[in-house]
Amino acid sequence: MEQELLHGININHYLGLAAALFSIGALGVLFRRNAIIMFMCVELMLNAVNLTLVAFSKIWGQTDAQVFVFFIMVVAAAEVAVGLSILMMLYRNMHTTDTNVLNLLKN
Amino acid sequence: MLTNYAFWFLSFLAVFSALGMIFSRNPVFSVLSLIVTFFSIAGHYFLLNAQFLAAVHIIVYAGAIMVLFLYVIMMLNLNTLEEEKKSLFAKISAVATAGILMLVMVGAMVKADEITVVQQASNIDVGLTKNLGMALYNDFLLPFELSSVLFLGAMVGSVYLSKKELA
Repeated sequence: MEQELLHGININHYLGLAAALFSIGALGVLFRRNAIIMFMCVELMLNAVNLTLVAFSKIWGQTDAQVFVFFIMVVAAAEVAVGLSILMMLYRNMHTTDTNVLNLLKN
Repeated sequence: MLTNYAFWFLSFLAVFSALGMIFSRNPVFSVLSLIVTFFSIAGHYFLLNAQFLAAVHIIVYAGAIMVLFLYVIMMLNLNTLEEEKKSLFAKISAVATAGILMLVMVGAMVKADEITVVQQASNIDVGLTKNLGMALYNDFLLPFELSSVLFLGAMVGSVYLSKKELA
């Protein structure tokens, strides 16, 4: 059964867009060495997941998925507050945010 | 018909500004590109009739989270810092890994519109504030209250971590 969300746009388009955004986020985490940029890429991956949830919420006509998106935003905000203060403290002590230098827990 | 074009426009805007975020050398430009991505995702929410989420998304992400990132980058003065590049092998393997990840996800989702059997789109305005509020305060009251405890914990944690002299 073909279910169109918009004119000529079905769920596959939204899933493909979310997959692209998620992969770009993963690429950023693997590609960059600056911890702040990696952190922003994690936010992008969370948003890709949110997009699929909202698309499915529209297709099923249910509010539950949108409430989940709301809670994901809540957790993301809390995570950013704590993570950025950790990065600030790291920068204060080590004078860098490069993940190749911040390897005290390696080995 | 117009929404169709809006979908493609917002999609390309989101993807290209996300690529601009990860490939730009200047962290401030990265933050601004990510803000553009977030705005286009908010536009997608509008197209999907999720007005409340679109507004909350703009307020929380563009208004709070990205401003926090911008503050930290400007306070640390990172845009003058020259980032060393990764080795070529690490870059190639990162691109290959992300490409394979996307291939797997698209391959898993390619028949999604046939599997997703939908009775009918019952309620057209699920994304309105009234319906979301009813769901949030009736069915999800306990998680809602717990999230305030989470915020309190995050606030205490970040204030403690940013104190000047830690024991």
